Amino acid sequence: MGCPCGHDGSGLERYLQPLQEVLAKYPSEERYLVPILQDAQEAYGYLPQEVLREVAVKLNISFSKVYGVATFYTQFHLQPRGKNVIKVCTGTACHVRGAGEVLKAIEEELGIQSGQTTPDLEFTLETVACIGACGLAPVIMINDDTHGRLTKSSVKTVLEGYKNQSGGGVVA
Amino acid sequence: MNKIALTIDDQRVEVEPGTTLLEAARQIGIEIPTLCYHPDLSLHGSCRVCVVEDVNTKRLLASCVVEAAEGMVISTRSSHARRARRRNVELLLANHPNDCLSCERNGSCELQEITHKLGVTKEDVERFRGKQRDFPLDERGPALRREPNKCILCGRCVRVCEEVQGLAAVDFAGRGFNSIVTTAFDLPLSEINCASCGQCATVCPTGAITEVREVDAVWRALEDEDKFVVVQTAPAIQASIGEEFGLPAGTVVTGKLVTALRMLGFDGVFSTEFTADLTIIEEGWEFIDRIQGNKRLPIITSCCPGWIKYAEHNYPDLLEHLSTAKSPQQMFSTLAKTYYAERIGVDPEKIYTVSIMPCTAKKFEKNRIEHRDSGFQDTDAVLTTRELADMIKEVGIDLAHLHEEDYDSIMGSLSGAATIFGTTGGVTEAALRTVKELLTGEPLDRLNLGILGNREAEVEIAGRTYRIAMVSGLANAAEVLNQVRAGTCDLDWIEVMACPHGCVGGGGQPLPNSREQKEKRAQALASIDEHKSIRKSHENPAIKKLYEDFLGEPLGGRAHELLHTSYQARPR
Ligand code: SF4
Ligand code: SF4
Ligand code: SF4
Ligand code: FES
Repeated sequence: MGCPCGHDGSGLERYLQPLQEVLAKYPSEERYLVPILQDAQEAYGYLPQEVLREVAVKLNISFSKVYGVATFYTQFHLQPRGKNVIKVCTGTACHVRGAGEVLKAIEEELGIQSGQTTPDLEFTLETVACIGACGLAPVIMINDDTHGRLTKSSVKTVLEGYKNQSGGGVVA
Repeated sequence: MNKIALTIDDQRVEVEPGTTLLEAARQIGIEIPTLCYHPDLSLHGSCRVCVVEDVNTKRLLASCVVEAAEGMVISTRSSHARRARRRNVELLLANHPNDCLSCERNGSCELQEITHKLGVTKEDVERFRGKQRDFPLDERGPALRREPNKCILCGRCVRVCEEVQGLAAVDFAGRGFNSIVTTAFDLPLSEINCASCGQCATVCPTGAITEVREVDAVWRALEDEDKFVVVQTAPAIQASIGEEFGLPAGTVVTGKLVTALRMLGFDGVFSTEFTADLTIIEEGWEFIDRIQGNKRLPIITSCCPGWIKYAEHNYPDLLEHLSTAKSPQQMFSTLAKTYYAERIGVDPEKIYTVSIMPCTAKKFEKNRIEHRDSGFQDTDAVLTTRELADMIKEVGIDLAHLHEEDYDSIMGSLSGAATIFGTTGGVTEAALRTVKELLTGEPLDRLNLGILGNREAEVEIAGRTYRIAMVSGLANAAEVLNQVRAGTCDLDWIEVMACPHGCVGGGGQPLPNSREQKEKRAQALASIDEHKSIRKSHENPAIKKLYEDFLGEPLGGRAHELLHTSYQARPR
């Protein structure tokens, strides 16, 4: 079971350094588990196995229990996330106006399913309940940008704008 | 306190305050089906297959958790209650693989039984069938196998592992449709902080957690002309395997067990009690040596591999306290491929060693790299009590009606001290009988130490008082070990057994494996001990001969080489 950074021993220690800083901010008690996980996710972008294991050891609770909590809350991610996070709204308005088609088009374009991340870590695809932009239905969010009134073909053009560019959105 | 009066199915019942509706109904002979309920665990109240109707309010109540209240009128059989119970079972089956024919628990599965009892049909289940869960199998072994798709989320394993073993190696994960009971990141149990004790497998109502089966490998060995197959039976087996053949818990079937094993084709049939005696001698001398050198005290027993794995994960700093004496299983297998092979003139390469154990942790132990002192893997296969019963049933042997035979003679004589190894407190009592006599020449009267949970005692030997503790259940063990770690206790000897009540309640024992069965099995072992003519390990003539002819001195050269082992720290 290698650590995600690909090193061992002192490498692992170095890898866990940001976590140790998070842990230092809280008393080692089970009731701080959720805030600790939130901060750890902030530091790592997601919650890697080695991080959860160390949290369990430091709080003296079982590894499986920590995993249980991390998988219970949708805010936590146990897989690395893409540079760009796409959220496809599947609320009623979007659903009626073709969100399914849009989602399918994105899945085809990126070769992943909802809930997955592309192997190059460029995109993570998720579906969400109504994001409150029903006037623009069907609508998706990429990072902090909203893209509305999408069709099968226009969504592909939108995606193009995010490919191979570091961060920052192109507003539609 | 005043009793509580209520009506159940038109009968008046009086019960003590705090009695649940389930228990109250039982008092008048009404059995309500249950799944998440287990008599030895805390209440969960989640499966709702035990619902009954409160006739006054028309509400459905989970009878396993709701307590009887004065004046209640309950119907366990109203159509409302019956339909709800069925519906709840149907919903469980709708997301269940339903491949009973290939399931290890076919015939002993509580979900199957309840389906049958409530008259649920295939059509009923198909109505609700939708998307199925798809969780990975954990069959990396060597002790336990998990098939999470068969989990009905009753939480029994979670409770036993957390409440009794203090580990929570399995827990609820995910939410909604994706809820499951699993390990962190679905890792194999063998690779995480799990003792391999198998308590989870004994409380699981379905086939979601079972032992890794080795029956086929043993059949292959028995059918192989070139193999000389030697079997050892742990002390607890003789007092429990009868249950698989319809005998009451605690029926002693030692002789019938021996006969059945010969009928199956084993070439040598032995009892692990022989090496339990040997463990006592080695561990006893080790204790004396540590007392005299005043080092590494308290000594902690090492015969339970579930406890060993737990200690390696959770108390790596205390490993030097463990006795280095191997478990009786491992001592036996090592000797089978050395001493015994030499005595009967068989090439040790041809010897195949099988042990019949009440235990799943012994399967893990068998595979440890430390256990190759004979020049081969010392133990080749470990069968649980349940697996052996399956083999015996497969070939149609009715164990209950067999005649009785004796174990083979070479490593065959056994003391009563060895028999009580199968129960908590037994190892300590056995060892003290020997230690006292070795030190003073005076015999020790029976201490009757066996008891559940944590127990401390003081024993005076040759003018010095020894403080001893005996614990079973790993959560209980943790209490004592934390004191040792903190230096706040002054103990000389600690016996730890991972399973509550010790091996009589082991993870490989017949089901049900509840307190009631365990107590009866423990009593049976104590009575065998009482009736044995040799009750002390060092008086066992075959053991004396083994030292004279082969091992030399206790703790000495060959004994040290073949009968002692080492431990490794493992991550939390
Ligand atoms: S084998 Fe024992 S320690 Fe491991 S998960 Fe099961 S109950 Fe817990
Ligand atoms: S694995 Fe078995 S005991 Fe554990 S929750 Fe699932 S069905 Fe219940
Ligand atoms: S108490 Fe006995 S059955 Fe349980 S893990 Fe230990 S040796 Fe095995
Ligand atoms: S047995 Fe009562 S709720 Fe499960």
